[in-house]
Amino acid sequence: MEIEFQDVDFGYGHGKTILHGINLKLNRPGLVCIIGPNGVGKSTLVKCMNRLLKPSSGRVLLDGKDLGEYTSVEIAKAIGYVPPSTNDVFSMPVIDAILIGRHNHSKWRTSKKDLDLVQKAMRILDIEDLAMQGYNELSAGQHQRVTLARGLVQETDIMILDEPTANLDVKHQIYVAQFLRELADQGQKLIIMICHDLNIAARYSTEVIAMAPPGVIYRKGTPEEVFSEDLVRDIYGIECSIVEFEGKPNILLKSEFTD
Amino acid sequence: METERGNPPVISGKVRNAVTDWFVRQTSEEELEESFEDYRKYQMRKWLFIAACIIVTAVVAAYAVTVGAYDLSISEVYAIIWDHITGNIHDADMDYIVITLRSPRIAVAIIAGMGLAVAGVVMQSTLLNPLADPYTTGISSGASFGATLAMILGFTLAHGPYAIVVNAFVFSLIPMFTILGVARLKQASPTTMIMAGIAVMYIFNACTTVMMLWADPNDMDAVYEWQVGSVSKNKWDAIPIMLVVTVVGIIVMQLLSRKLNVLSTGDDSARSLGLNVHQMRTLNLLVVSFMTAAIVSFTGMIGFVGLVAPHISRLFIGPDNRFLIPASAVLGAALLVCADLLGRTVIYPSVLPVGVIMSFLGGPIFLWLMLRKKSRIWS
Repeated sequence: MEIEFQDVDFGYGHGKTILHGINLKLNRPGLVCIIGPNGVGKSTLVKCMNRLLKPSSGRVLLDGKDLGEYTSVEIAKAIGYVPPSTNDVFSMPVIDAILIGRHNHSKWRTSKKDLDLVQKAMRILDIEDLAMQGYNELSAGQHQRVTLARGLVQETDIMILDEPTANLDVKHQIYVAQFLRELADQGQKLIIMICHDLNIAARYSTEVIAMAPPGVIYRKGTPEEVFSEDLVRDIYGIECSIVEFEGKPNILLKSEFTD
Repeated sequence: METERGNPPVISGKVRNAVTDWFVRQTSEEELEESFEDYRKYQMRKWLFIAACIIVTAVVAAYAVTVGAYDLSISEVYAIIWDHITGNIHDADMDYIVITLRSPRIAVAIIAGMGLAVAGVVMQSTLLNPLADPYTTGISSGASFGATLAMILGFTLAHGPYAIVVNAFVFSLIPMFTILGVARLKQASPTTMIMAGIAVMYIFNACTTVMMLWADPNDMDAVYEWQVGSVSKNKWDAIPIMLVVTVVGIIVMQLLSRKLNVLSTGDDSARSLGLNVHQMRTLNLLVVSFMTAAIVSFTGMIGFVGLVAPHISRLFIGPDNRFLIPASAVLGAALLVCADLLGRTVIYPSVLPVGVIMSFLGGPIFLWLMLRKKSRIWS
């Protein structure tokens, strides 16, 4: 598994450019967290990884081959994508909503294997009881876990998640973040997630990518390497102090803004 | 030891076990069989709904043939049909009444009900909008404009008995091509596409209204009759085209039903699952607009089936298009056959057009079901 960006720029139509000269190589299993202020291009960056968006210039390579040379189904089988949580227009029961994730593996009829995976996913994400409930009747946290389950049953080596911990209470944030890290470690998967919570990123990621205006990668490395008081000041414009907690950096934000 | 990759995080035992469970644990054959059986039962309920609708359609259709101005008993009617099928016609007048006068409208009602309902389902799932149907996408207005053009101004694209039908068909396709054109130029979202459909609908309606202001009162009657929609004016020779287009359309959409489920999860999600969203949307809309066009050009505008049949079916069996397409098709057929039967009998000997009864029947049923069912099918 390897995703490589070579001098990637991205802009919507003739509007302003969002990503500037992105060079990036991700080729080891682990949980990669992308952090950065609102509107800096985090979602745009991850959408370039599975061709939901095509760069205006530069190349994105998957396992050494240009993304353009793959069919959509090949990409879908290699890279799972969990979009930011939204309601579906027509609310399916949870079990069917998750089964959609098996689209590329199953035939018209639901197979035993599909159903088995879906039930396992529901069990480990603690949403078994919701199987027959409508997708849109769920709470935000249940909703997020259903979307995550849909990503999980795709059984891809690479997973991309756009803010999987948004809308979750603290317990579920920690649970989902630990879960993704453990999934990456045990399953040797490359899991890339966008995350606004610096402490989640600092504690559970293998690698952190910090993005900064005007749409560049500011720093990349282990949480210990990336997080510093200077970095938080530079990219977010807020003061902080960093202490160690459970062997990982813990960021305590101050009330002072820096302009 | 992990210096190059940072310190390992603290992971709770609960999470560790859950993940191990995911990768390692094999579900026992019994457990699997049991849950599969449960899921099959859950799907079986959907087939039961479909079967119930088929039975209702068959019973009502069988009864509808026996109802009419000329008093014939049920056994007489079926004796006549049997004689006709076996080519052993005893009474040519009776044969004419049952086979030529009564039966075609029932066949048209069944075909139109199926086609319009499936068109509704597909448009709703394709445009991610519960309000999408042949009306809001402008197809009916286009057809109406084409027919009015023929009836009032005498402008026809073809000659002969089918001049109005051809006009209606050709013009009903214009709104869909406009929608697809807008989508192509602007990379439009489904909502924009519906907006485009509504805009075209208003333009065509305005044109139709202008023509009607100029029209001769005699022509007005014909236009009016066309606009309320009816299943009675067609004979057997109209049916093959409708039937073939509708059946082919339904089969195509049924084959695409799994992809339609994926499409209805939203564009990014569908594309990340490998679906070519733009192509799929174009194909769906083309198929259903041909289907709708083939139907409404013969029957005139029969409203509401395309909305009410899919939504009632959703209330019963949920939004899985694999089941929703056949279920809406048979429910649409059942509704139209019932509506036509009521239209013919409720203030006998006057006949109410099927479109009117459809709204009287469908509206209250739909409202009642909406209030009764607790689940939220629509977001």
